[in-house]
Amino acid sequence: MEGLKKEPKTGLKEEPKNAAGEKSRLACGTCVTLCGEPLSNPVIPASGTFGYGAEFAKLYDINILGTFSFKGTTREPRYGNETPRIAECASGMLNAVGLQNPGVDKVISEEIPRMGKFFSKKVMANVSGFSLDDYVYTCERLDAVEKVGWLEVNVSCPNVHGGGMSFGTSAEPAAKVTSAVKKVCRKPVIIKLSPNVTDIVSIAKACEAAGADGVSLINTLMGMRIDISKRRPLLANKTGGLSGPAVFPVALSMVYKVAAAVKIPVVGMGGVSCAEDVIEMMMAGAAAVEVGAANLVDPFACKTIVEKLPEVMDRYGIKNLSDIIGVSNNG
Amino acid sequence: MKQVFLKIKENQLIAKNTMRMVLTGDISPAPQPGQFVNIKTDGFYLRRPISVCDADGETLTIIYKIVGGGTEKMSKLARGETLDVLTGLGNGYDTSVSGDRALLIGGGVGVPPLYLLAKRLISEGKDVFAVLGFNTASEVFYEDEFKALGAKSVTVTTVDGSRGVKGFVTDALPCGCTYFYTCGPEPMLRAVYKALETDGQFSFEERMGCGFGACMGCTCRTVTGYKRICTDGPVLKKEEIVSWKD
Repeated sequence: MEGLKKEPKTGLKEEPKNAAGEKSRLACGTCVTLCGEPLSNPVIPASGTFGYGAEFAKLYDINILGTFSFKGTTREPRYGNETPRIAECASGMLNAVGLQNPGVDKVISEEIPRMGKFFSKKVMANVSGFSLDDYVYTCERLDAVEKVGWLEVNVSCPNVHGGGMSFGTSAEPAAKVTSAVKKVCRKPVIIKLSPNVTDIVSIAKACEAAGADGVSLINTLMGMRIDISKRRPLLANKTGGLSGPAVFPVALSMVYKVAAAVKIPVVGMGGVSCAEDVIEMMMAGAAAVEVGAANLVDPFACKTIVEKLPEVMDRYGIKNLSDIIGVSNNG
Repeated sequence: MKQVFLKIKENQLIAKNTMRMVLTGDISPAPQPGQFVNIKTDGFYLRRPISVCDADGETLTIIYKIVGGGTEKMSKLARGETLDVLTGLGNGYDTSVSGDRALLIGGGVGVPPLYLLAKRLISEGKDVFAVLGFNTASEVFYEDEFKALGAKSVTVTTVDGSRGVKGFVTDALPCGCTYFYTCGPEPMLRAVYKALETDGQFSFEERMGCGFGACMGCTCRTVTGYKRICTDGPVLKKEEIVSWKD
């Protein structure tokens, strides 16, 4: 086993020519690259659980994060769904926020400049839409913003009607969104996939074929709770997206399968709550790892994960996280 | 907001399904009336947001109703156990606009935040008139505590008439107050909104994901745009509320 050197899956079409990028990768054990962009560690708070970072920046220096994916952005402002939008369940929660956001104009004119005051790194822009035009328009606008390092295109929101997930539940529309967005973006485009499908691998492959620079998975799993005393669904939207530790094994298996089937980097997420979960995700094939619901329960979750990573790596004899990407697939 | 680990000094039943928990530890900065804490309970994923009833130096008091598994579990916690608590959450009551005669209207577990508010208003030299509404006599709590603070009047209402005035809080509102503050179930808040001509402030309740403004789980529409109950609220001014008149 020793001496068997596996090529880490960094998503680079070729090894970095850029000496600085290569150096930064070697410079620290937690360093990884995502679609060619270096990250000081693979920990990325997931869209919808971190706002635009401000609430967390009051608690700790969020520059310790790899980056973060900001609240899903649409072309027009959205109120989202009626409340209740949140329900609890065993080892997790349901949300049906429904993409509340101020719209791309305000995100660019207000939120991103404000973010610059406490976050010095490139940020991941999460985009949602209700038509192909929406996706193209919003991605093109955000791609032009210097602060944006990656676009994460959400074709998998389970909580909106007539858009969102409907683009991500079969290969053809997912590929259409991908190629349309790729035509207008210079920055890496990561397609965020839904687990609410028969075969996530075929959709990931379709996105890859359409030019995606990466895929991220999983978005939330559709679920519901019923208010027994009221005899009706607890959420105003009736159904919501399940997240939290309950979904971790599901997410891990999907990351494992997708990572084995595509050459582009996979961003793993779903129930990740501690440094060990990050390592499992990476061993399943994730090049970077998003942390979602954990931020809501413990606002310091990502900070704790980043700080614990070196210690956990030590315990398992891991020198460089980039060495373990997909290792569990090699048996 | 601050994450602190507080020790349970007291956790006891004070009325039907109603518990008072006193916590000790680092509760600085002093909680403002109307603010809340968010408590982690073993075995439950999300925290429980509960308004602050009282705070004094190193102790923080909350009063909560046993309504489900999480609060049931909380009710069984023993003295000496430690809780993971996020403190200093929410935007509380503004006492600077109250005038001399403040009317405080609470319903059920909407009563507790008004206790710290009454204490504050009285310390500012203002007259406090309290109306506390409950369903039935066995659910009544803190009538004597409000009196002991020095409230000018404390009126209890019960829906079944088993204690105090029979009916709702709106059946017992005193006249001549300059401003009102209220907290309770939404139907009660609506009734208060319609019954009173003076300005006032309402404290709202909503199911929350985080309690500190990150998840957009508790958003509501207001006259001045979308607000998060957890951070822009839970207290909203009457003029911010999208009309309940019709």
